[in-house]
Amino acid sequence: MAKHILSPLPGTFYRKPAPDKPNFKNEGDLIAIGDVIGIIEVMKSFNEVKTDQAGKIAKFLTDNEEPVMAGQPLLELS
Amino acid sequence: MPIRKLLIANRGEIAVRIIRAAKELGVKTVQVHSLADQESLAVKMADEAVNIGPPHAAKSYLNIEAILNAAKSTGADAIHPGYGFLAENANFADAVVAAGLIFVGPNGHAIRTMGDKVAARVAAEKAGVPVVPGSGGRIDDQVEARMIAGRIGFPVMIKAAAGGGGRGIRIAASMEEFERLVPQASAEAQAAFGDGGLYIERVINNARHIEVQVLGDGKHAVHCFERECSLQRRRQKVWEEAPSPVLPDDIRAKLCASAVALTEAVNYSGAGTIEYLYDDTSKEFYFIEMNTRIQVEHPVTEMITGIDLVREMIRIAGGEPLRFKQSDIKKSGHAIEVRINAEDPAKDFMPGPGTISNLRIPGGMGTRFDTLLYDGYQVPPFYDSLLGKLIVWDETREQAINRLQRALSELNVGGLKTTKTLHQVLATDSDVRKANFHTRWLEGWLEANAIRLKEVDAT
Repeated sequence: MAKHILSPLPGTFYRKPAPDKPNFKNEGDLIAIGDVIGIIEVMKSFNEVKTDQAGKIAKFLTDNEEPVMAGQPLLELS
Repeated sequence: MPIRKLLIANRGEIAVRIIRAAKELGVKTVQVHSLADQESLAVKMADEAVNIGPPHAAKSYLNIEAILNAAKSTGADAIHPGYGFLAENANFADAVVAAGLIFVGPNGHAIRTMGDKVAARVAAEKAGVPVVPGSGGRIDDQVEARMIAGRIGFPVMIKAAAGGGGRGIRIAASMEEFERLVPQASAEAQAAFGDGGLYIERVINNARHIEVQVLGDGKHAVHCFERECSLQRRRQKVWEEAPSPVLPDDIRAKLCASAVALTEAVNYSGAGTIEYLYDDTSKEFYFIEMNTRIQVEHPVTEMITGIDLVREMIRIAGGEPLRFKQSDIKKSGHAIEVRINAEDPAKDFMPGPGTISNLRIPGGMGTRFDTLLYDGYQVPPFYDSLLGKLIVWDETREQAINRLQRALSELNVGGLKTTKTLHQVLATDSDVRKANFHTRWLEGWLEANAIRLKEVDAT
């Protein structure tokens, strides 16, 4: 079964630190445990999403600025 | 022309508040909402509801075109912006009027003038309102900057002319430090905002935040006395009261008169708030800014004056002149509002949404709870964490705090963590009881009382 990074919080998912900045991570990137892959905005507070697994990003399952629920997969590792 | 159908371009407790005022005036209501707010209390209470887009505010509550389309399709003749979102967006106010509708608030010009820091300061000075001693405008020349700093006295605050939200602010305690910080501040402002212009102001230490509620009809203005909102965390007010517990009557009269002068000087229409810093020691007050909208903490003013501010806003927008002369407006007793937020005081105020259960709302004399909650409601994660405002009134401040403690003990919000415990501990604090605080007081108190807040949470 494919490995997923799950959203730790409900809120709005952002893939970049600011609208005019590049994405934290892109498909094909290698990630280590503790890497920041995005930000979740919950009630106007911004929380970094750090990975709890290492691997290579196969694809993002949640787009930039998309609403997410806690436990929802954000990306798939290959 | 009186308003017949009012569209509410906001959400949460303030949308509920506006619907109530409209109903009492016999005005029909249209609640616009995002996909995440379909089950909100405001949607259930309004006569009609229109979905204007996805949860993200930029795609719904900030979408001017979608809001104007909703007004058109429902036949609304006026729009109330509430607070936050588009409430102080001058282009929105202009667009509402250009669409042939009434904007419940001042015109775009007044919003623009008061929204620009330098223009607002100039308007205040012209109206004879004291401002924080400073450069009065941008300074691009460093020799001039040194001269002005020497004149206004240290410590001084160096701010980016193009900045906002506290960004790029530096404090210099001496000329030596000032000379070192000015080039840094200018370079940073240039990089962040593309404009290296600075302005400088004297730092007012241990200041209190005092603000005056005003109502204007475009020709005349009145004040409804002041509120004190010195208890703040990260520049967010958490506890507000009216009147200020420390203002002598002669200073109160001067402060309120200055607010009326400024309101009339800009031909202001609607409800507004003029904010000041107040120096308890020198008894001097300084204009900071004007908020051209209804404010979160407006109920404390309503409780001491008996005036329904939101209803007055709707009447004024409908073309009625002010219904009060200044001498008609009296204050009585003391009111306190505490903000019940979906935040955990035991975990550094981490916000967290949830599904509401076992809701018990306090009641009894002098007790009011303005909220968006009902049992079973799922608080969405997309907006700010304000769940409700507990407001109490009593004859004296001491009795009002006692009543606040009684009301807090009745309040129960199950399903998530709230700031109720913070207010319970604050209400027992001797400095709070003596009103011995300033705008930076609460942050220090929170550090000193972190353990206590965890213990309260555990009981």
